[in-house]
Amino acid sequence: MDSRQRMRPIDPRLLAYARTTRAFLAGSVLLGGVGAALLVAQAALIADLVVRAFQRGQSPLWGPLLGLAAVTLGRALVAWLTELTAHRSVATVKSTLRRRLLDHATALGPGFLAGRRSGDLATLATRGVDALDDYFARYLPQLALAVVVPVVVLARILGADWASAAIICGTLPLIPLFMILIGWATQARTDRQFAGLSRLSHHFLDVVAGLPTLKVFGRAKAQAAAIGRITEDYRRATLRTLRLAFVSSFALELLSTLSVALVAVSIGFRLVDGTLDLETGLLVLVLAPEVYLPLRQVGALYHSSAEGLAAAGKIFEVLETPLPEPGRRPAPPVAGTDIRIDGLTVRHPGRAQDALHEVSLLLPAGRTTVLTGPSGAGKTTLVNVLLGFVRPDAGRVLIGDQPLADTDLASWHAQLAWVPQHPHLFAGTVAENVRLARPDATDAQLAAALAAAHVDFAGPDTRLAENGHGLSAGQRQRLALARALLADRPLLVLDEPTAHLDPVTEAALLDTLGRIDRTVLLITHRPALVALADHHVRLPGTPAPHPPPRSPPRPRPPRWPNPGPRTGTNRRPPRRPGCPGCGSPCCSARSPSAAPSR
Amino acid sequence: MWLAVLLGSLALGCAVALMGTSGWLISRASQMPPVLYLMVAVTSVRAFGIGRSVFRYAERLVSHDAVLKALGGIRTAVYRRLEQLAPAGLPQFRRGDLLSRLVADVDAVQDFHLRWRLPAAVAAVVSLAASAALAAFLPLAGLVLALGLLLAGAGVPALERRISGRTERRHAPARGELATAVLDTLTGTAELTVAGALPARLRATRTADAALTRLAGRSAASGALSAGLVALVTGLTVVAAAAVGVRGVASGALPGVCLAVVVLTPLAAFEAVAAMPTAVRFRERARAAQERLAEVLASPLPVTEPAAPEPLPAAQLPVVISGLTARWPGAAHDALRGVDLELRPGRRVAVVGPSGSGKTTLAHVLLRFVEPSAGSVRLAGTVDTRELAGEDVRRVIGLCAQDAHVFDSSVRENLRLARPDADEPRLRAALARARLLDWVDGLPEGLDTMVGEHGARLSGGQRQRLALARALLADFPVLILDEPAEHLDTATADALTADLLAATEGRTTLLITHRLAGLDDSSVDEVLVLDDGRVVERGRWSQLADRPGGRLAAMIARERAGEARAVAA
Repeated sequence: MDSRQRMRPIDPRLLAYARTTRAFLAGSVLLGGVGAALLVAQAALIADLVVRAFQRGQSPLWGPLLGLAAVTLGRALVAWLTELTAHRSVATVKSTLRRRLLDHATALGPGFLAGRRSGDLATLATRGVDALDDYFARYLPQLALAVVVPVVVLARILGADWASAAIICGTLPLIPLFMILIGWATQARTDRQFAGLSRLSHHFLDVVAGLPTLKVFGRAKAQAAAIGRITEDYRRATLRTLRLAFVSSFALELLSTLSVALVAVSIGFRLVDGTLDLETGLLVLVLAPEVYLPLRQVGALYHSSAEGLAAAGKIFEVLETPLPEPGRRPAPPVAGTDIRIDGLTVRHPGRAQDALHEVSLLLPAGRTTVLTGPSGAGKTTLVNVLLGFVRPDAGRVLIGDQPLADTDLASWHAQLAWVPQHPHLFAGTVAENVRLARPDATDAQLAAALAAAHVDFAGPDTRLAENGHGLSAGQRQRLALARALLADRPLLVLDEPTAHLDPVTEAALLDTLGRIDRTVLLITHRPALVALADHHVRLPGTPAPHPPPRSPPRPRPPRWPNPGPRTGTNRRPPRRPGCPGCGSPCCSARSPSAAPSR
Repeated sequence: MWLAVLLGSLALGCAVALMGTSGWLISRASQMPPVLYLMVAVTSVRAFGIGRSVFRYAERLVSHDAVLKALGGIRTAVYRRLEQLAPAGLPQFRRGDLLSRLVADVDAVQDFHLRWRLPAAVAAVVSLAASAALAAFLPLAGLVLALGLLLAGAGVPALERRISGRTERRHAPARGELATAVLDTLTGTAELTVAGALPARLRATRTADAALTRLAGRSAASGALSAGLVALVTGLTVVAAAAVGVRGVASGALPGVCLAVVVLTPLAAFEAVAAMPTAVRFRERARAAQERLAEVLASPLPVTEPAAPEPLPAAQLPVVISGLTARWPGAAHDALRGVDLELRPGRRVAVVGPSGSGKTTLAHVLLRFVEPSAGSVRLAGTVDTRELAGEDVRRVIGLCAQDAHVFDSSVRENLRLARPDADEPRLRAALARARLLDWVDGLPEGLDTMVGEHGARLSGGQRQRLALARALLADFPVLILDEPAEHLDTATADALTADLLAATEGRTTLLITHRLAGLDDSSVDEVLVLDDGRVVERGRWSQLADRPGGRLAAMIARERAGEARAVAA
């Protein structure tokens, strides 16, 4: 967050995104006004009471005492309501922001999420939003008080004694002025120190997590001293900063105290002169500190406000990312339809090189296309384009004749199933996880899918931990495959489905994969799986260590539609039959004819 | 800490005294005495005013200093204990979330002092002093103030705790549920979108959110109640003090000029207890943290260190393992039963077997992470490792583990962990042997490249190679390689295993693995097949591999059949 934003006490976007904020601010101002009026009434009653008992010798004074009790009830009520509205509102605002954040982030889709660590966003949606607690429940009400209370109280003092009011008016503006001046001088250093504290915590966590390793290398005991020493160094550095940082609140407190003392001394001398009566004097004396107090407290809560606003700013950054223009046309039926990828070029933001460069290929209907290529060749990027998560910089995906860009993605997704390289499993039972795309699948269908995917390590009722903790990569892949098989969609996209399996299980899965009579895009490194191909396409690796010059025209690679048999095409077509990179005989496409039978 | 209490009390005391003295000052002034009579009071008002700010400033510095000191102390103490327990004494160690909660708890424990003890002590001191001072004017007024302060400072927080206790206990699970739902939704967005399950998942998240928001609303109600009650008690105490004061003036027990003192002092004194409800909340939180921490730290030590360790023998090989039986703390069965093995200089032994057969336990017993229940491990064939300091044993026997920790630092610092005095050529040699040097040299920052948290900026294979380079650099006389390729895909794993066997040639090595590809007579001298903690087969690779009906032969057959079938299919 930059300093310009930081000086702003309320982010206007907060009002726009969380409607509750407006009502809450209005309520805070109203309650602050009522509270200030009661404060004035209390001071007046105390002054009246003291004067009548002390100067006029009256007793027992039930009237003012009962009045004071009534005011007390009122103030308790205001305190109760202030706190209640503050905490209720913050809960509502947090819930609203969280919901909007999740809705928007998921609508932006995996292409957006891939750019950041999902853990960061999750932290923002949970603990980050919690930073608004102090901002809403403490800072904003205090801000309202700081505006309302001094005005109301000062008006009363002005009505009673203009000289005191003049002194207060002269000194009051010094408080925000000092706050800003000192804040400027110390804020950056204080922020650095707090950042240092979190780094320190991180270091401790890292060391504790690495304890077994440290023990192996005989360094564990030495670290104890290091932890003590680092904390001690940090303590010294922090105290140097704090000495300066605390000066700000010291100066503010001293300033307000001296101002009140100035008022008190002036009252005292005028009382001695007889130019002021005791009742007015007492009233002003009780009220004077109340003018300064809310302002000082706003300053003290400044830090929590900055934290809350920073969290809110990060949320708005996500909310303000525009959603991509959605396609409107429903997808044509995928069963029996060829899917073509045509001249696809994708460059990830901030990269010098294309992740995919003018790639064309065909997924013939009802057949298995195997896509191979070295790591970094853009296989997963291609899948992301096919799924509609990444918009290509050039080229297009065609479902039959319909471009994917014009297609309503939900209707496209409804016809495909996908096994990603690192499948995500949810906290819940195996059955819940596998039924993800087909919640209404019968137990028999579920059992069949589990068997086909060789899920032999867990039954349908086995509970999985958060994100499938405790399962091996191979087990996760088999669960994801069961999920895709149960979904039973016309197009199946499998991204390295057996990368983590031992050969025995892999061989068993081959039977299952070989029996699928859908359109299949299979990405793999494994020779065993390449054998499944009706049709094999190889993506070349990154062309050269340095980005190729884009301007000089190069021989245009063959593009789809391509004369000749339906073999895979890409921008460097194989010069000889078979696959030059893979070295496996099975790489030559098994389906040279236009319509092979299986 | 006591200095902070003193300074805090003085600061608050000054604030209370300032109010009382001002009240007296203007009451006296209204009697129009000679100005000289007021000078003492005028001076004290100034002194209290300045004193309040100065003491507050000092108190904040002193208390922060104390907290930071305590933080270092607590962390060091917790660390020392964890150091003795790790890794076998902390079975849940691998779960990152538990670990970070443990560390967060360590930080929460310090709040017990700064945010509960300090304000509570200051509140007690100032309440007593203010009540006593008021009692000096009018005993009944002192009593009224003391009662009011007690009610607001102790009664209201206790009431709040009773009301909110149940809600608070349900708060943590509700938050956990929401956090899980949010994380699941965000990390699984892609699959949820394709499966069409996103709307249902978002609805579930909303339900969890609504439950948490309802709970927050409920705890807001109890928090608000305590705020209202404190305001009520404060006001009523002022009313009661005023009533008592007015009667005192009427009866002559209280000079009229002091009435303002009796009425105004309570108004200021309640600042002392205003923070008590918050302080009590901090106490609860810190106590819960302390309990969780104590539970972890009270785990029994997995290994008993000898009171007077023997010195390390000059020649440590061979390492003779005989009848070794061991069980993990808290486990119901022995993980290792009667294992015999002799590690002579340069000998390379492979320990194979399915997961759970006791392979890792063997490594941990050798490293003195787990106590053997029977049998022994003897260095130089004579000195039992139980009579040596664990650190000395680990100087001889080293480990390159499947989950070796990579620290959030540079490649260089991660390597130098093994040998702090290693110079550049030595580091490079170790990297070269782990086949990582070319990669490091290709990096713009070379050895000073930061590897990220848990080595996040490295691939799985690079992480393991870095761990291997580190273990090679340490130059342990005996090196245990525990499934170093476990988390890698098969192609990367086989390449790593081959490099590993090459890099450790000629060194006394114990290779623990469940994958057999790459093993043969030239790479290992002996193979041990473990099953359910027992050695079920042992011998030369070539003897066992072809033995009809043998365990190793069956394992090889299974592994090869899988691969052959995969290729043929």
